[in-house]
Amino acid sequence: MSDAIALISGLCFAVGGFLCITGGVGLLRFPDFFSRIHAAGVTETLAAPLLLGGVMLQLGWSQDSFKLLLVMVFVLATNPTAAHAMAKAALDGGLRPQVEHDDTIDLEDRSSKP
Amino acid sequence: MIDIVLLGFLLLTAIAAVCLRDLFAVVMLFGIYSFLAAGLFMVLDAVDVAFTEAAVGAGITTVLMLATLRLTGRFERSPRPLRLLPLLVVAMTGAALIYGTLDAPLLGDVQAPAQQHVAPRYIERTMAEVGTPNMVTAVLASYRGYDTLGETVVIFTAGLAVLLLLGITEVPAIRPGRRVIDDQVVLHVIVKALIPFILLFGAYVQFHGDYGAGGGFQAGVIVATGLVLYDLVFGDGDAQLVVPPAWLPRIAAFGVLVYGAVGLLSLLQGKALLDYSALAEIPLSGQHLGIMLVELGVGITVFAVVLAIFYAFSGRRRQS
Repeated sequence: MSDAIALISGLCFAVGGFLCITGGVGLLRFPDFFSRIHAAGVTETLAAPLLLGGVMLQLGWSQDSFKLLLVMVFVLATNPTAAHAMAKAALDGGLRPQVEHDDTIDLEDRSSKP
Repeated sequence: MIDIVLLGFLLLTAIAAVCLRDLFAVVMLFGIYSFLAAGLFMVLDAVDVAFTEAAVGAGITTVLMLATLRLTGRFERSPRPLRLLPLLVVAMTGAALIYGTLDAPLLGDVQAPAQQHVAPRYIERTMAEVGTPNMVTAVLASYRGYDTLGETVVIFTAGLAVLLLLGITEVPAIRPGRRVIDDQVVLHVIVKALIPFILLFGAYVQFHGDYGAGGGFQAGVIVATGLVLYDLVFGDGDAQLVVPPAWLPRIAAFGVLVYGAVGLLSLLQGKALLDYSALAEIPLSGQHLGIMLVELGVGITVFAVVLAIFYAFSGRRRQS
């Protein structure tokens, strides 16, 4: 039983860490503000609960686990809100998402397709 | 291992903050710097200090600096040509400081004077003399209560100085219709749901300081942060309806008075100043009562001063 818990928590750590790294890479490599916010916000929102869940599994039933649960709820509520608020503020402030204009596809061509 | 990584990041953040001209980024870097420092304190098992650093350095200071940036503009002026004399003075001071650290004992050295002098007594006798499981609170509020009284007065004086220099522009008492960020519905809903929990957490930190990390300093900042968040999200002046600016100097003074009154009370009972054993029949309950009241005084003062400084800055923004 304890082996299974250790395995699950290890899996949580691995996936959470992987998501953190992908979020960081996305933050650095994506072209414009909105896609960067998206990369950071989405991955962090899943990564933080996974990491906290991993720690909770290691701790078992205790007061500290309960505190971590509260932290998890807090992160789940605030993280997407912060990302959303930043993106919305940027949009209201006049920043437009970078949309790629592909010259090879023109509108007539697309409309003629079934 | 992790402390070396943290120290490295600390150094990189500091260098980046010096080099950057975009002050907005510099403020964010300072927030990261404080958070890294808090992490370092955690590694050193100084939980209370880490808590204070995270709440004050990474939390409220960043907000205050951003409020200042609204007044000053975002970019630093182009650098002046390198002048030799200031550089020389700074380099010599730095060299003297580094030379000074050569004599300092190594980190965690058992033979260091700090571990030899009064620390063993605090560690051995705290449970018997003060009875609080959190030794830091016992040292801060009871053994060195006199120093903490001084710190509280310093914070009060700092708040007073800001109020004298900047002042708080009061908004009209009617609820202003204008909102800073008007259509952020998600933000409004989430913040409205979170603020009660922030205030509750502040109360927990305040009154649980005897048993775990926390105490008046952190709790005051956390409660003030709740109101600052309310002000930021729901627009100028809404928080001023909850806590009117005119009250703040009085609230701050009240906190210092609570602290001083506890000290005087023990003096009147015929014991030394701030010896809480005099407050109750059983010395240990007296200690508990005294620490609770004193921490409450600290919390009230810190709360009022932090909020007053924020009001002073955001009020300026409204004028300009």
